[in-house]
Amino acid sequence: MSWDASYLWQFDVLILPMVIILAIASLSIKDLVSAAILFGAFSFLMCLMWTEMLAVDVAFTEAAVGAGVSTVLFLGTALHIKRKAKD
Amino acid sequence: MMEETLTFIIAKYNYWAALVLLLIGLFAMISKNNLVKKVIGMSIFQSAIILFYVSMGEKRGSTIPVLLEHGHGQVDHAIDVAAYANPLPHVLMLTAIVVGVSTLGVALAIIQKIHRVHGTIEEDEILESIKE
Amino acid sequence: MKKIAFLITLAIGVLLLRAAVDLPDWGDPNSPASLHVSPYYITKSLEETAVPNFVTSVLADYRSYDTMFETTVIFCAGITVLTLLRRARRVSKKVIKPRPARKGSDLILQNAVRLLLPTIQLFAFYVLAHGHHSPGGGFQGGVILGAGFILLAIAYDMHMVFQRLREKTVLLLSGIGVAIYAGIGALCLVLGKNFLGYAALSRILGTTEVMAHSDGILGVEIGVAITVLAIMFSLYIDLASGGDLDEGL
Repeated sequence: MSWDASYLWQFDVLILPMVIILAIASLSIKDLVSAAILFGAFSFLMCLMWTEMLAVDVAFTEAAVGAGVSTVLFLGTALHIKRKAKD
Repeated sequence: MMEETLTFIIAKYNYWAALVLLLIGLFAMISKNNLVKKVIGMSIFQSAIILFYVSMGEKRGSTIPVLLEHGHGQVDHAIDVAAYANPLPHVLMLTAIVVGVSTLGVALAIIQKIHRVHGTIEEDEILESIKE
Repeated sequence: MKKIAFLITLAIGVLLLRAAVDLPDWGDPNSPASLHVSPYYITKSLEETAVPNFVTSVLADYRSYDTMFETTVIFCAGITVLTLLRRARRVSKKVIKPRPARKGSDLILQNAVRLLLPTIQLFAFYVLAHGHHSPGGGFQGGVILGAGFILLAIAYDMHMVFQRLREKTVLLLSGIGVAIYAGIGALCLVLGKNFLGYAALSRILGTTEVMAHSDGILGVEIGVAITVLAIMFSLYIDLASGGDLDEGL
């Protein structure tokens, strides 16, 4: 007995364009704190993608490390340097 | 002819998505002026590579790579290999994610040190400050 | 500069597209990635190591050498950030202005953290201990524990966390984690098998060889969790305070 838990193409078609839009937005915005938060949202959506692709260990690690610790490290750095980027 | 091309594009669209993210990350690493944006580009690049590997390990009609119905150490029947997703890319990518966050920490520490010495983190202003 | 970068990116994109034509379809069970070593891991994992989670058994038993060096990489990254950013106290008082101390206390945030933190730490220990039978394991448990401490440092004052967990203890813990991993490997070597060959542990633990594999996996996962906890917290305190350990976010 095994379940067919994979290949929901509707899910992929919905989430993958959002991931690409978030990546471009995080790179174009001029405020570094906002860029860090958008990067956190990008990490969360990637974690969702990997759960759908049945990689549950990878999704667990990405949720804890990417969307948790990585966003906090970016915010902590943005506190000490100029908050507004020029391009 | 059109049917074949369309089937071909749809059958491999995880590779196209990973490719687009990879090119976005690479463009940001080369052309952005601000150092923190370069580091964000590096992280996006790493996520694209992990997407590529993990999507190669998926099998249609399978479940997560944990053994079902194992009854305290004994398995009565043969294990169907095609019913479980391939665990090997997951193992490699676990290492890759954690090493990626370590690299991110060191990159941000270097950026703070550059800001301490030169007062700015835009690339052209740093190059001018070095020349003097 | 941007035009040259765009052209280079486009050229690399075209090259990768031409390479992607030959790759196997998505979701194909007979793709070459799933045919050579991976069926061995799937079919033999339970009878050789008594661990039903294939990812944990491959990570900590079949490929344990890679995981040991990954733990060392995490340790080196933490030490590097410390070396780059920490300054002596004399220099820091002269050069930088001290930041004004945080006024008042956030009622909602502090009470919510006070209620949530024991649950977070208990869940982290559960993830670490149940990694044999469900998704989880050493890395995930260690990162959740470290994130619990970071949450405490954000909600309250950083000095309050230092009264409970000094910086020297954090550095000591990170070294202890790597030493546990390498120590289990050396113990297996001393007892007669290969480095990190867990079957040798059955002599001192008194169990069968298969269960010794399972216990060896648990031991190295504990070592990995301790190192990851210490380094995640150490990265936060060094980066968020600019090296002074004075105030954080």
